[in-house]
Amino acid sequence: MAKSALLKSSIAKKVAMALSGLFLILFLAQHFFINSTSVFSPDTFNSISHFMGNNPLVQFVIQPILIVGVIFHFVMGFVLDFKNRSARPINYIKNNGAANSSWASRNMIVSGAVVLAFILLHFYDFWVPEMVYKYVEVNPLNETRYFAELTHKFVSPVRTGIYCVSFLLLSLHLWHGFNSSFQSVGFNNKYSRSLHTLGYAFAIVVPFGFIFIALFHHFNH
Amino acid sequence: MALDSKIPNGPIADKWTNYKDHINLVNPANKRNIDIIVVGTGLAGSSAAATLAELGYNVKTFCFQDSPRRAHSIAAQGGINAAKNYQGDGDSTFRLFYDTVKGGDYRSREANVHRLAEVSVNIIDQCVMQGVPLAREYGGLLDNRSFGGTLVARTFYAKGQTGQQLLLGAYSAMNRQIGRGKIKSYTRHEMQDLVVVDGKARGIIARDLVTGEIERHSAHAVVIASGGYGNVFFLSTYAMGSNATAAWKIHKKGAFFANPCYTQIHPTCIPVSGDHQSKLTLMSESLRNDGRIWVPAKLEDAKSIREGKLKPTQIAEADRDYYLERRYPAFGNLVPRDIASRAAKERCDAGFGVNKTGEAVYLDFAAAIERYGKEQAYVKGLDANDAALITKLGAALVANKYGNLFQMYEKIVDENPYTTPMMIYPAVHYTMGGTWVDYNLQTTIPGCFSIGESNFSDHGANRLGASALMQGLADGYFVLPYTIGDYLAPDIKTGKISTDLPEFIEAEKNVKARIDQFINNNGTHSVDYFHKKLGKIMWNKVGMARNAKGLNEAIVEIAALREEFYKDVKVPGDANSFNQELDKAGRVADFLELGELFAKDALHRNESCGGHFREEYQSEDGEAQRDDENFAYVAAWEYMGKPSEAVLHKEPLVYDNVKLVTRSYK
Amino acid sequence: MKLTLKIWRQKNAKAKGEIVEYPLDGIEEDMSFLEMLDVLNEGLINKGDLPVSFDHDCREGICGSCSLYINGEAHGPDRGVPTCQLHMRMFKDGDTIYIEPFRAKAFPVIKDLVVDRSAFDRIQHAGGFVSINTSGKPTDANAIPIPKHDADRAFDAATCIGCGACVASCKNSSAMLFVSAKVSQYALLPQGKVEAADRVLNMVAQMDAEGFGNCTNTGACEVECPKGISLENIARMNREYLSASLKG
Repeated sequence: MAKSALLKSSIAKKVAMALSGLFLILFLAQHFFINSTSVFSPDTFNSISHFMGNNPLVQFVIQPILIVGVIFHFVMGFVLDFKNRSARPINYIKNNGAANSSWASRNMIVSGAVVLAFILLHFYDFWVPEMVYKYVEVNPLNETRYFAELTHKFVSPVRTGIYCVSFLLLSLHLWHGFNSSFQSVGFNNKYSRSLHTLGYAFAIVVPFGFIFIALFHHFNH
Repeated sequence: MALDSKIPNGPIADKWTNYKDHINLVNPANKRNIDIIVVGTGLAGSSAAATLAELGYNVKTFCFQDSPRRAHSIAAQGGINAAKNYQGDGDSTFRLFYDTVKGGDYRSREANVHRLAEVSVNIIDQCVMQGVPLAREYGGLLDNRSFGGTLVARTFYAKGQTGQQLLLGAYSAMNRQIGRGKIKSYTRHEMQDLVVVDGKARGIIARDLVTGEIERHSAHAVVIASGGYGNVFFLSTYAMGSNATAAWKIHKKGAFFANPCYTQIHPTCIPVSGDHQSKLTLMSESLRNDGRIWVPAKLEDAKSIREGKLKPTQIAEADRDYYLERRYPAFGNLVPRDIASRAAKERCDAGFGVNKTGEAVYLDFAAAIERYGKEQAYVKGLDANDAALITKLGAALVANKYGNLFQMYEKIVDENPYTTPMMIYPAVHYTMGGTWVDYNLQTTIPGCFSIGESNFSDHGANRLGASALMQGLADGYFVLPYTIGDYLAPDIKTGKISTDLPEFIEAEKNVKARIDQFINNNGTHSVDYFHKKLGKIMWNKVGMARNAKGLNEAIVEIAALREEFYKDVKVPGDANSFNQELDKAGRVADFLELGELFAKDALHRNESCGGHFREEYQSEDGEAQRDDENFAYVAAWEYMGKPSEAVLHKEPLVYDNVKLVTRSYK
Repeated sequence: MKLTLKIWRQKNAKAKGEIVEYPLDGIEEDMSFLEMLDVLNEGLINKGDLPVSFDHDCREGICGSCSLYINGEAHGPDRGVPTCQLHMRMFKDGDTIYIEPFRAKAFPVIKDLVVDRSAFDRIQHAGGFVSINTSGKPTDANAIPIPKHDADRAFDAATCIGCGACVASCKNSSAMLFVSAKVSQYALLPQGKVEAADRVLNMVAQMDAEGFGNCTNTGACEVECPKGISLENIARMNREYLSASLKG
């Protein structure tokens, strides 16, 4: 089979969606780990952040891969959603989707779009200033600035509110996406039940953990 | 015209092999120049189409359904017989042959039945290779169960969906040939007439059921595989669309119709619940392996049950009449279908029926659940005296065997068959009669073949369970592909048949005229109105028990109903679009003719045999009385313009290998 | 029982359809859903109207002809049955029932509630078979023992009736459950393994060409499938497809 045919096939696309999703889940897990240190120890948070922000491997290899991964996941998500919608040109007049599937699974495009909007905001909030700080203004290294920057962002109740809502939607996105990605790559066997539990746990613990961190800093600083 | 069955000479066990060695063949290069039309894509049609295409012929298939896979073979539940003797219980080709001839009440053609038994083993090999998931034992080998009318376990099965799996297997073989371009599949198409040129079948006229277009299709041979005509009764276990149009059209063009009165009434169907009923649902005969059939022994109990005052589970063991076990101790609940059906009718007629209409008997699994439960408890080392546990274990095993059937029953009747006995009653299920064919499966029209249920050949007056699938696939995979070559061998030089021949034009004109007649009729009653009326006449007077008086009345009534139909039927819509009422009108018109011939055949056969029971011909204890001296023949009817004027031709049945005796299952 | 039916009427493939309302009385609980429609049609014919066209044949849940989208669900509110086995006892007196055709680009409407599902056939033509000759001399059926567990799972996949409820209920009109059931049946049996790679590649290519949407694992198909075909089959097909692509 020609490689082009493989890349065009529906299954290849969904596997690509799944793999990029799983990659983002890994990223989310490490991001959560780092953020959670901010609750216990500002110093640890500062030193890890400093490492991540200045290690060449992270900055020039992992970070571009991550950005490509994010863009790929979103672009592909929108492309697939558009194609899938066009597979039913005339909609049902009465449709009872809730009878056979979860809201989260049917509205990945909605939760995904909210998360995308949030990521753009997040880039504007953290990543863009960071890039400007490091590479445009070329400021001197400061290993202890990160914690203060973090807490500063959570002062505004509006921003904190947006942050919380976004993570609620992320939770829904993960609720379906985590397990869905395993199904897509063909993992469905006797371990799936345990994996599903893990997936649901992840979908709750991580987003709500982020929300807790946000609220913690909002109310403590 | 004398009937020539073309049975080869020689000992019965060698006939088919010798015959195959000597018939004419068409060389592979020439097969490319020969076209064959197959009408119907059930087991017989799709297996024949696949095999013919594989051999190199150009095949066109036609089915009225939206996909070949939906043909009604799909609904066969219980299984398929084959003389594999995997169980080592004494089965053999001869025993399958013998059981089938005996089960058919000595009214089938020996040579055909023996051939069927011979090729039965190939079918299983073939299907397994195709990826048909037949049931297996824990050792990985194929499992068997036993069916009515036999003393061995030779039935292969795939839960309660054997027909589905076998049909999907044949459909997959067809798909392979469609993918290769060797079969052109016409779906949502219905054959409207046969085109005969110079005495040979050379094509068909078909209607595209979506566009309404009338099409001409030519071929060097036409194979009819359109199934049986049980829907003449309106209520039956047939699919709503099952019809006799193709078979009846070839009859009107010269193919003899054999033994129309041989109809199988299946004993285990879900009883009729009301006037709205559109069809009946079969519960597989395999249920009789484990279910016990009974009615209350006391009339007053039966009455209380009908009135809803008493539940079946409240009737004490001593007050139950397991009438099959009582009357037929050797075969018990596994007597052949005709006998089981009549016994149920006899009890209900005597007032022991158990549903509101008094037309139902019980099929009870309590004993089986207990027996299996105890077995399981023993195997698992659990307490065999714990009743609740036994019931649970037993029910689980029964569910594993018949789960889908029980679920279907519960959906339809809204009662749980694990805890309360099923109610069943006989229903029309299969027609043994059909187009007369010779040993080559060719009808009396040269070049027109008939296979599967649409022909008459293998089951005599009664078909044994799990033999229909066997016959359909035997005809399609292993018999017709050889025998058709014998006919086609001289045809290799003929070249393409033109569809512009005057015979095609004439046939098309007639088809269009008939359709226009329906559309422009402007009557007052729907097609179903007439179909239901026909069904009532057939069931009441030409049903499970018949007598001369009733049959004479039926003949008159059907003819009158037919006249009324043509005057008063109302077909809405137009001819040039998708029109299901128009489709039905054509089919019912043909049933209205076939029904009359059916009654005429039943009236002429002054004996009781198999599915044909004449009340005048029964022993004192109500058993059928055959008349071998006067009726050991196939009744083949020739069309002469009207069913009432059909002319009878007799093909004598000669039994060299089986001794004719009174069938006994006692 | 008294009902209000809201039924999609469409004269032909090209016409614009619309929902038409029909009041209906005298329906009994024991009737099947299709028998209820028979009653409606009988009334329409007697009144001189055109009856509602709908696909149906065996009426015992196995042929896969019936295909209605009832009150927002393929084959209606009951589970594990197609429309012909749906009974009126699932509804209440006074209910309003919406009846629409199965909707998908790959299933164009022919008339009223009748749709063209020939796309399913074409997917099967592309590879839904084992390439052995029916006229050949096969080996004995018991020559290759098959573990009961595998045979049973192959059977479970093979019970698909090809009705298209999976496509109709999927928000993406994906045919993955249907295709994966066939792919799985053969992939689980030694007879089918021989050409498993070509089969899955060809069938998926045809599936995509027919215009079905992509699977997003909502699981709606499994819930609505009248034969309970499992999502496990889709995972298996994904695996088979990946390994076939990487090999090829």
